[in-house]
Amino acid sequence: MKEKTQVQDINREFYDFRYKEDDADRFEAGITPEIIREISEEKGDPQWMREFRLKALEIYHRTPMAANWGPSIEGLDVDKIVTYIRSKTRMEQDWEKVPEDVKNTFERLGIPQAERESLAGVGAQYDSELVYHNLRQEVAQSGVVYTDLESAMHDERYADMIREHFMKLVPPTDHKFAALHGAVWSGGSFVYVPKGVKLEIPLQSYFRLNAKGAGQFEHTLIIVEEDAYLHFIEGCSAPKYYEASLHAGCVELYVGKNSTLRYSTIENWSKNMYNLNTKRAIVEEGGKIEWVSGSFGSHVSYLYPMSILNGRGARSEFTGITFAGEGQNLDTGAKIVHNAPDTSSYMNTKSICKSGGISTFRSSILVKESAVGSKSSVSCESLMLDSLSRSDTIPAMDVRTKQADIGHEAKIGRISDEAVFYLTSRGLSEEEAKALIVGGFADNVSKELPMEYAMEMNNLIKLEMMGTIG
Amino acid sequence: MSEFLKIIDLTARAEEKELLHQVSLEIQEGETHVLLGPNGAGKSTLGYTIMGSPEYEVTGGKIYFQGDDITEEGADKRAKRGIFLSFQNPIEIPGITVSNFLRTALEQLTGERIKLFDFKKRLKNVMDTLQMDQSYADRDLNVGFSGGEKKKAEILQLLMLNPRLAILDETDSGLDVDAVKTVSKGIEEFQKKQGGSLLIITHNAKILEALKVDKTHVLVDGRIVAEGGPELVEDVGQNGFEKYLDKESY
Ligand SMILES: Nc1ncnc2c1ncn2[C@@H]1O[C@H](COP(=O)(O)OP(=O)(O)O)[C@@H](O)[C@H]1O
Ligand SMILES: [Mg+2]
Repeated sequence: MKEKTQVQDINREFYDFRYKEDDADRFEAGITPEIIREISEEKGDPQWMREFRLKALEIYHRTPMAANWGPSIEGLDVDKIVTYIRSKTRMEQDWEKVPEDVKNTFERLGIPQAERESLAGVGAQYDSELVYHNLRQEVAQSGVVYTDLESAMHDERYADMIREHFMKLVPPTDHKFAALHGAVWSGGSFVYVPKGVKLEIPLQSYFRLNAKGAGQFEHTLIIVEEDAYLHFIEGCSAPKYYEASLHAGCVELYVGKNSTLRYSTIENWSKNMYNLNTKRAIVEEGGKIEWVSGSFGSHVSYLYPMSILNGRGARSEFTGITFAGEGQNLDTGAKIVHNAPDTSSYMNTKSICKSGGISTFRSSILVKESAVGSKSSVSCESLMLDSLSRSDTIPAMDVRTKQADIGHEAKIGRISDEAVFYLTSRGLSEEEAKALIVGGFADNVSKELPMEYAMEMNNLIKLEMMGTIG
Repeated sequence: MSEFLKIIDLTARAEEKELLHQVSLEIQEGETHVLLGPNGAGKSTLGYTIMGSPEYEVTGGKIYFQGDDITEEGADKRAKRGIFLSFQNPIEIPGITVSNFLRTALEQLTGERIKLFDFKKRLKNVMDTLQMDQSYADRDLNVGFSGGEKKKAEILQLLMLNPRLAILDETDSGLDVDAVKTVSKGIEEFQKKQGGSLLIITHNAKILEALKVDKTHVLVDGRIVAEGGPELVEDVGQNGFEKYLDKESY
């Protein structure tokens, strides 16, 4: 009863607002300090976080949309997002409302019904606690903290640490959706790896997907102290569907001296999603960040993980793949800031587009005056599966020292008819042959993933490929 | 009694250029035929066209396999009927291992799931026959293989996939003497143990030594210019194609 009224209130406010204001401002509609306070109330935010959210909201209101950047996000349905933000902690979605194509993909990936509902944000019945629990014990023994950010905020052992790091790498002033995130964030992970701990098993956020409201405005905060190692895996191949079609998550990674953090992502957003995600890492002396990223799905994506190489000899490696199919416009890339001497960055990306899909890859390299002796190498390859599709590469370089070694290479290709014939002559159908070749093209990423994720990714590619051929 | 492979008046072209002119050729089940011809004669083109490459357009004539007209059929369908082509230049396919590829192909061909254990055992045996190091099973298909290794991998596929008709396009070219022997042993196994039929394109009589050849065809400029028994291989080996070339030019 109550929930219903709230939704109606929101709607009225929203429309009222729109009548009064220019249409360009429609985004501000409905997200009021009251709503933010309510979120804080429900979550029992500490005082600083309450203030933080309100401040972020203010910034959100006064930050203009980035003009002329990438694909249009005009189709974003603000109404639904407001509704979602307002009621998400209590909202029960309806399995019936999940679109058929998402359900079919679950089916084809062989995901059990209970889990499907959970992944679709419909219910939280799927009980992964057991798996998660075992993992947690092993992890805890090593002194590593792996928990959800919300409860960590209340734990006096971590409260200060979180306060010190939360949205310091990605401040709400960064861009409009970072501000929105700061105001409404919900769910996500907190990982702390103490000095000298090298965690063998990867931590997987997959097991966390059940958290209420997680997945849409989730915040990931990872702090790796000196001489440590962590592999964190985010996401899974199952399509993530939310009625409110915006994903504005935020990932902040702190990599200590001589430590390595490997951050792997496989994401597959439903095709109605606007995926406007912000990921950033800061790497201290001798440390290394390794990004492995497979981006599937979404209607529009803006995704440019950034590495700030902040100490001498810090390194960044980025290995990524995107797949843009029909109706998709994926604007992805990576940014590197060389901010210290002898830093190095290496980027190897692949993009695939098909059936009119558009894929744009932006690399942005900034080499500061101080970064003498630094190296950067960027290589991006794209594969266009038909002449309807489009692929662009936009390299940007700002090199402020003469003593740096910077390389860039871009290639655009098509599937070789001869290779398709070779495979079909062995009995594979044309579809299967192409899927196999595309899978091979994506090999740079699948080789970097743990086996089960690599297999999931290959299945995903197969599914995407099966879509429209023939 | 029913016909096995029957090609009648096959005319094919690529990029507006006619490459095969009214080629007719017949192979009975269990037979081994040899196709000879100078470089650029159209031997590979004929092999590709029998296999169903979309690169070549058939503008006249028919190809029948076991009584069915397959002229318009796709390569995967022909493979399922039991036709196999060992490529003159095998293609590198990153992202799938030899072992996984063979299993996938076998499952496609037979439409049945194949038990991993049985498969591995068979693969190991065949690799031993071909004196291939077991580590090749886990390498990406043809990726970084030397010329000779690629050819061996083709014969490995032949023996694993067990087709009815195999077209071998210069499988022996670029192999050293020992490798020719090994590959030849593989082909013999296909011919004798698996009862397979063969169309062997070659420049080298060595590979035929252990094989019983039934018939020889000579292709020049996209035309069959001579046919005969195994003795024709010897004749061409000694005298080359000169007399056929002359015949062509009047
Ligand atoms: N796809 C093609 N497009 C155009 N010409 C081709 C194509 N394939 C082969 N040819 C030409 O056809 C002729 C026969 O080639 P090929 O069948 O490879 O000869 P062989 O295998 O007997 O050496 C050659 O002149 C070659 O250049
Ligand atoms: Mg040839």
